[in-house]
Amino acid sequence: MAPEPTGAALARGALEAALADEPAAAGDGMQIRITACSRRQFLKATGLAGGGLLLALSWRAGGARAATPGTSGSAGADAGREWTLSAYLRIAPDNSVLIVNKGPEIGQGIKTTFPMIIAEELDADWSRVRIEQAPVDPAIYGPQGAGGSRSVPNNWDRLRQAGAVARAMLVAAAAQRWEVGAEELSTRDSVVTHMSSGRHSTYGELAQVASTLPVPDPQTIKLKDRKNYRLLGQRIGGVDNAKLVTGQALFGIDTQLPGMLYAVYEKSPAYGGTVASANVEEVRALPGVQDAFITAGEPIGDAPPGVVIIANSTWAAFSAKKRLQVQWNTSAASADSWSGAQKTVQTLVNEHGAQVVTKVGDCDKALRAAAQTVAALYTCPFASHAPLEPQNTTAWVHDDGIELWTPSQNADRGRAMLSKALNLPLEKVTVHQTRVGGGFGRRLMTDYMAEAALVAQRVKVPVKLMWTREDDMQHDYYRVGAFHVFRGGLDAQGRLIAWRDHMITYSADGQHPVAGGGLSDQEFPSQLIPNLEYTQTMLPLGTRCGPWRAPGSNTTAFAIQSFLHEMSVAAKRDHLEFLLEIMGDPRWLPPQTDRALNTGRAAAVIKLAAEQGGWGRTMPAGRGLGLAFHFSHAGHFAEVAEVSVSPEQRITVHRVTVAGDIGPVLNRSGAENQCQGAVIDGLSTMLALEITMEQGRVEQSNFGDYPLLRMAHAPPVDVHFIESEFSPTGCGEPALPPLAPAICNAIHAATGVRVRTLPLSRSGYRV
Amino acid sequence: MPSLHVNGRERVLPDGIDPATPLLWVLRDALGLVGTKYGCGAGYCGACTVHLDGTPARSCSVPVSQALTRQITTIEGLAASDGHLHPLQQAWIDIDVPQCGYCQAGQIMTAAALLRQKPQPTDEDIDAAMTGNLCRCATYLRIRAAIHSAAQMPQPKGGTARGT
Repeated sequence: MAPEPTGAALARGALEAALADEPAAAGDGMQIRITACSRRQFLKATGLAGGGLLLALSWRAGGARAATPGTSGSAGADAGREWTLSAYLRIAPDNSVLIVNKGPEIGQGIKTTFPMIIAEELDADWSRVRIEQAPVDPAIYGPQGAGGSRSVPNNWDRLRQAGAVARAMLVAAAAQRWEVGAEELSTRDSVVTHMSSGRHSTYGELAQVASTLPVPDPQTIKLKDRKNYRLLGQRIGGVDNAKLVTGQALFGIDTQLPGMLYAVYEKSPAYGGTVASANVEEVRALPGVQDAFITAGEPIGDAPPGVVIIANSTWAAFSAKKRLQVQWNTSAASADSWSGAQKTVQTLVNEHGAQVVTKVGDCDKALRAAAQTVAALYTCPFASHAPLEPQNTTAWVHDDGIELWTPSQNADRGRAMLSKALNLPLEKVTVHQTRVGGGFGRRLMTDYMAEAALVAQRVKVPVKLMWTREDDMQHDYYRVGAFHVFRGGLDAQGRLIAWRDHMITYSADGQHPVAGGGLSDQEFPSQLIPNLEYTQTMLPLGTRCGPWRAPGSNTTAFAIQSFLHEMSVAAKRDHLEFLLEIMGDPRWLPPQTDRALNTGRAAAVIKLAAEQGGWGRTMPAGRGLGLAFHFSHAGHFAEVAEVSVSPEQRITVHRVTVAGDIGPVLNRSGAENQCQGAVIDGLSTMLALEITMEQGRVEQSNFGDYPLLRMAHAPPVDVHFIESEFSPTGCGEPALPPLAPAICNAIHAATGVRVRTLPLSRSGYRV
Repeated sequence: MPSLHVNGRERVLPDGIDPATPLLWVLRDALGLVGTKYGCGAGYCGACTVHLDGTPARSCSVPVSQALTRQITTIEGLAASDGHLHPLQQAWIDIDVPQCGYCQAGQIMTAAALLRQKPQPTDEDIDAAMTGNLCRCATYLRIRAAIHSAAQMPQPKGGTARGT
């Protein structure tokens, strides 16, 4: 029996139908009645865009026609039916609340946190809340990607409003029923209570009436004061946990549809190669193989040239792939060489970069005048995302367009890409968001959706495109390698007065650095040092690169925060005191930007990490403490690592202490899990992970030569939050960047040896 | 007609299955038991861990022909037949172990075999037993804590699961 496909909970057609003849309200409070017009006409008529559009669609009331799977649908048979208060909420007469999660769950916990935000403002009884994954439709839900730790900050207001508006409608329904003022009513655990009389009604009893009331303007609804939160800030377990531990179908790879086929897609080992010839006739004759064909890939998104095999089982497809022989034409393919790049960099270490990123003061003059200068070259390798669920997507071309089930971080963008590439209107591209077996930035790319769509054109049944682990590791959009050539200057008092960073990065187009490469003019410490110069050199690159957890920061933090420690060591100063001096007075940099570096928040987390990590303790020989701070993705994080190094270069990480400021912590369990995971991910990556390529071919292929950290080497990670008064920001990424410099600074403290090249295994270190 | 003993039930296999097919793909594609995961296909990651006669095995590396006479337990069969969760499943929920969750079925299956052998494992026992299971999200600290927590709960009688 085929399980129900995941993520298909809300039928788009039902929403469309409901929109066609039901009253709706715009976000500005203006009432609009739509009669038998399409959503497109509705949008045109109201002239709404962006946030206003979202409000108009998702705030609509009167859900009697908004029948969705699981509702009885027939008038008069109200028992068991659910009343739709908005695109985010349905309430059943039994007082259970269904909350729709708009974002992709990639392991960052958003499928739990987003509904918590709504439930908090709704005053819902969390134990009676069920969660459903939203259809991929940005016209209703706004952007539905997950990246840059932006899910929470970008949705904080609209999700709180979604809960608060529904609560206001339920209160209004009770006020109407009891003929009392709304201000006399209170709510808690999905019950409205008339405070003076003690009369009360459940949300389930009020939902039908509430769903017929006008939708109030969200801007007029007062949101809760943070001190009154009852759900946010608690430790709430992941909403899919029970399904995960019992093995239920949740992930893209778990999609099963009647009559489906399975496909593999062989790609050029060096990116950009094309198929000269392949033994497709022979492969077609193999057991279980239905078809094998050569494709030029284009023009569907990032689908590259290659050979596709379609078979009646995953194993038949994988087995046939092993028998496939392809002659690649690599004349236009990547010829990248990691060893070659390192030689090239050696010729550039005394140069300034041709491209000036920012200049403050007079760096040359300050360096000449400095009492002491320090110079260093830092090197970070390419890295793979290696999510444990290999890339896959199930696609089905049928009479109503194309339908996909995909573990993507960016399904809405993938849907738009396919609409354009296949020349299909958006409503003919139905995308089901599945749970995602690890994101890390890999699934911001939509190449697997493009490949699946290309394969599905060939057959009239659903087909699951499957990547092998080797495909996944050899056809990634890699974290780009990075080189930093530093020169720093100290004055006679040991103050940092000059900082020069020549970053050697990569470009695919000769114009801009690839994703995750390059240096920002706002990168730390650009606004804190009187004489500073950032320049860039871009080496050509044929390998595909993309965002990798904390893009840019995950390599720059290692280089910058390690070199900063070199400066404090040269100055014979305590690194904590040195860092705090650089931060100076509390201020936003740049000013008036609430996603910017705040030196007061920075100083606070640095002090907290130092205090909790026991900074300043005397260590036995061979053991040291390292401290590092980094600001990324609006998160301020500082970490202290306690590390031993044996004479044989065996590293033991005894403990990592994390101090972070992301504003209020929304789900304490999830936030701690993210920080612990980020720290151990950072450690795993810096220890022994690197992607190398020669003649354009990636040399690693599986976890044997890309050895992720295993349990025995996971150190204790203590996590502390400063819950500042600022708006909440994301937690998936910013705890990762400070880890590598904290470890390397600790290695220096333990041994006097400075590590300037990652991974550590390159220098003989091991765990 | 060949069949498998999975989670206490006899499951008939479709005709024409290649006997070299790894058990993993028979479970997933032919029997619809998708809780057992594909991660690497080479025995590095442990996402495909099942029990064969109570012993943890990498189903990606066991040909189905070698599993025909064995009692197979997958994550779907770990809970008691009345639905009562295995202590590890309960501990995983209590401690909120998963992030992406993809590896967790394999982690739990490996841990279940450990608890049967060593009902009160030390950290070192756990690290040694779990070393073949990768977690890309690095939830290792909570996995270890959950195994300790499960060890304090009443254990299922007569093995860990239906069919073993």
